[in-house]
Amino acid sequence: MPDSFHLDAVPIRLERCGKTFAGGARALEPLDLTIRGGETIVFLGPSGCGKTTTLRIIAGLENPDPGGRVLFGEEDVTALPIERRNVGMVFQSYALFPNMTVAENVAYGLKVRKIARADRARRVEEMLDLMHLGEFAGRRIDQLSGGQRQRVALARALVVRPRVLLLDEPLTALDAKLRDSLRLEIDRLLRGLGITAVYVTHDQGEAMALGDRIVVMAKGRVAQVGTPREIYYQPADGFVADFIGTMNRLGGMSRGGTLSIGAATLPWTGPDGAVELLVRPEDLALAGEADGHLAGTVAAAVFLGDRTRLVVEPADGPALTVDAAGRSELGRGDRVWLRVDPARLLAVP
Amino acid sequence: MSACVQDRPLSHRPAVRPPAGPGRTGEPLRLAALLAPAAAVFAAFFLLPLVRLILIGAGGAEGWSAYLTTLADPGHLDSLLSTLALSAGVTAVTLAVSTVAGLFLVRNHFPGHALLVALLTFPLAFPGVVIGFMVIMLAGRQGLIGTITQALGGGKLVFAYSMAGLFLGYVYFSIPRVILTVMAAAEKLDPRLEEAARSLGAAPWRVVADVILPALKPALISAGALCFATSMGAFGTAFTLATRINVLPMTIYTEFTLQANIAAAAALSVLLGLITWAALAVARSVAGTSVAAAG
Repeated sequence: MPDSFHLDAVPIRLERCGKTFAGGARALEPLDLTIRGGETIVFLGPSGCGKTTTLRIIAGLENPDPGGRVLFGEEDVTALPIERRNVGMVFQSYALFPNMTVAENVAYGLKVRKIARADRARRVEEMLDLMHLGEFAGRRIDQLSGGQRQRVALARALVVRPRVLLLDEPLTALDAKLRDSLRLEIDRLLRGLGITAVYVTHDQGEAMALGDRIVVMAKGRVAQVGTPREIYYQPADGFVADFIGTMNRLGGMSRGGTLSIGAATLPWTGPDGAVELLVRPEDLALAGEADGHLAGTVAAAVFLGDRTRLVVEPADGPALTVDAAGRSELGRGDRVWLRVDPARLLAVP
Repeated sequence: MSACVQDRPLSHRPAVRPPAGPGRTGEPLRLAALLAPAAAVFAAFFLLPLVRLILIGAGGAEGWSAYLTTLADPGHLDSLLSTLALSAGVTAVTLAVSTVAGLFLVRNHFPGHALLVALLTFPLAFPGVVIGFMVIMLAGRQGLIGTITQALGGGKLVFAYSMAGLFLGYVYFSIPRVILTVMAAAEKLDPRLEEAARSLGAAPWRVVADVILPALKPALISAGALCFATSMGAFGTAFTLATRINVLPMTIYTEFTLQANIAAAAALSVLLGLITWAALAVARSVAGTSVAAAG
């Protein structure tokens, strides 16, 4: 990537940014968050969790409730409307101007900034080449596919060298295969440009792949902020655990340094009493009758190619999901034993 | 990007035609038979009267040249030009007022919103006579404006019985049609487009010029063409306001009933139709969408 594309990495700080809509609905509880310069942060959560509202507050499309502040670097931009914040936005619906060609769309922000025609043409051409869109410069928008449209939208947002790139579910309208390839493209672009980026999605796979850090949100609150690994392996609560990947729940009883799960007893440190434990499917292992901790019956087996995902019903307690080898011949009705590694068990507060 | 092979353009799919088989040879005949009733109605109620009108226009003492000499008459030419000017002015003012009002009504909801929209569309039901009557009540000799200006000591302002009165009446009854079209088009605008433009630094006026107006353009052209055609051909309001008012439908009426100059009336009618039709054709080609003539 040419040096001229390297953008300033501006940190963003949100201070007590809440949002109450007219009518009293609380969309966002007051939020404090610092986004480091050059970092890609992903807001992840189900619809209505406040992630898009947060993005729109950063963009300047919504004002935070009184008392909230948005800072780009040292500059307080709370009172600035979006057109004066110098942000780049990419929308789920592409939002390309249908009355302009690809090149005119990309040139729009430069034209608004009164950049001289020759300079404008050169920067548009460079950006189109960077996004592999050179051959489409003269096309109308309705002659492009969804993936091409979203790359035009990215080029249009980036050509003005924004202080922050804001992406609102940019891959949601695309089909699965295309989503993967464009996700890689966006990842390459964000790393190469070194720009501060805020990415909103409800797709945990996208969040894990793109985010330096993920902000998991639910019902207008932040449930957890952390790297993808932290979110996956140390979920802050049951909601985060269930929202990211697949999580099994086990009921256990802790007493004097041991933990009883079913008939098995494992070493355990923790206060005495009933505990609810979380464990990922890949942290449960199939075992023989002799060394297994839990016995159960296979209720369903789904062949996924690289592995076979089993749903095992123990004698008591909820069904457990566990991964077996792809070539496993286990099927419905087979009796299996599962082994639990106590180091991988998470006790939910 | 190499994984884009199956990433096809969203539109312009190739149409799949069924192959023409041997059982389809009777198709044109059957189609003709099915079209016959429509063709008969079209001929009886559209083609025949129009041809008759064109022939009558050429049936005077001067024959076909009547179409040219009719316009050479300074009175007729003047009438045509003032009708064109009036209709163009009405169209421009109506579009400006309706675009602003329509956008406002779509974007702002306030108590009484539904009632206001209903009131704005009220004049749709009125015939031209009623519109003329209302203009007289507003700006006529006993009208509201005259009474107010007299009370203020500025003399009685009366303009109902002139082009100004006609202009006011036409704008009044054109606004509902245009406002409804603008509102329907404005509701379909994608708010993300405006947000995208703003994020790129566009000030509000630029968003209007670069995003909103281009998106409304087809609706504005089609509504404007309708407004123009209606103003060209409207008769009731002019007839109510004054018989001397110099617009083409009034001139045709005068030639037909008072002067019994039927050939001239027919020639002017054909010209009025042609000019309006041409205006609509231009609008249609500019808008790229179908624009129906009415009025």
